Amino acid sequence: MTEPRPPARFAIGNSSDIVTARQAARALSAHLGFGKAHQTRLATAVSELTRNVIQYAGEGSCLIEDLSDDQERVIRISIEDHGPGIPNLPLAMEDGFSTSGGLGAGLPGARRLVDDFHVSSAPGLTRVVIAIRKPA
Amino acid sequence: MRIPILRLDRILLVSIQEDLTDDEAMQFQSDLVNRVAEVEALGVAVDITALDVVDSYMARVINDTASMVRLLGAEVVICGIQPFVAMTLIEMGRDLIGADCAFNLEQGLEMLRARIVHRGDTRFTGDEDD
Ligand SMILES: Nc1ncnc2c1ncn2[C@@H]1O[C@H](COP(=O)(O)OP(=O)(O)OP(=O)(O)O)[C@@H](O)[C@H]1O
Ligand SMILES: [Mg+2]
Repeated sequence: MTEPRPPARFAIGNSSDIVTARQAARALSAHLGFGKAHQTRLATAVSELTRNVIQYAGEGSCLIEDLSDDQERVIRISIEDHGPGIPNLPLAMEDGFSTSGGLGAGLPGARRLVDDFHVSSAPGLTRVVIAIRKPA
Repeated sequence: MRIPILRLDRILLVSIQEDLTDDEAMQFQSDLVNRVAEVEALGVAVDITALDVVDSYMARVINDTASMVRLLGAEVVICGIQPFVAMTLIEMGRDLIGADCAFNLEQGLEMLRARIVHRGDTRFTGDEDD
């Protein structure tokens, strides 16, 4: 198999960083042989989550890792910030819930777009870890 | 980057050719709305074939832009949403895009023409002389 790509970390601080991060996620998924549908889902999820970082925390980071092995192609992406945290996580995961007049589609939508989705949040650290996988 | 807005008589054509940042999307919204008012456009076709990500923010910009343009009195059609983008949008949440859509620019223009005729506006159809 091809050598795994080294992890890439992106600072997220303005709206062009969102574009950079989602394009990097798409490029890696294309490189690992994920189909167009998966590439689009992953890029869209990254777009939502990095935008939340900018909107609610001001800045943060996005780490893109290739965790593929002989059996499986895996991309894991960790998006985190040191902002105020999400006060009511179950509520924030509901479709349509927004404190900013948004569509409230970001978190619940991103969850549906990927294979793994974990979120933890407290004041000072919010981390969302997503992954997509497919057999090698 | 600024998105060029082409004018064909009283129809405006916009083709978004690359991935937009949020700021560029907002700039596009105000440019288009201003242009519609300026030329008193009857219809606007927005081609998004080249967009490979339409997330909830972009969906909102598209919907809001369409609503604003309609408020001014013009018809709007969004053209060429990629199949994978459409699938992703539906998975994200139903009804994220509320604007009218067409397969491509050509069909979008036909739709606009039909709408404008239906409104009884003959300025675009050329049935009028002035
Ligand atoms: N990183 C974060 N830090 C603090 N709060 C957050 C963060 N991400 C999300 N939230 C909270 O969770 C809510 C839901 O987020 P979600 O992305 O689903 O919707 P939205 O951002 O409000 O709207 P949309 O993403 O559809 O434009 C937000 O309104 C915000 O209150
Ligand atoms: Mg959001």
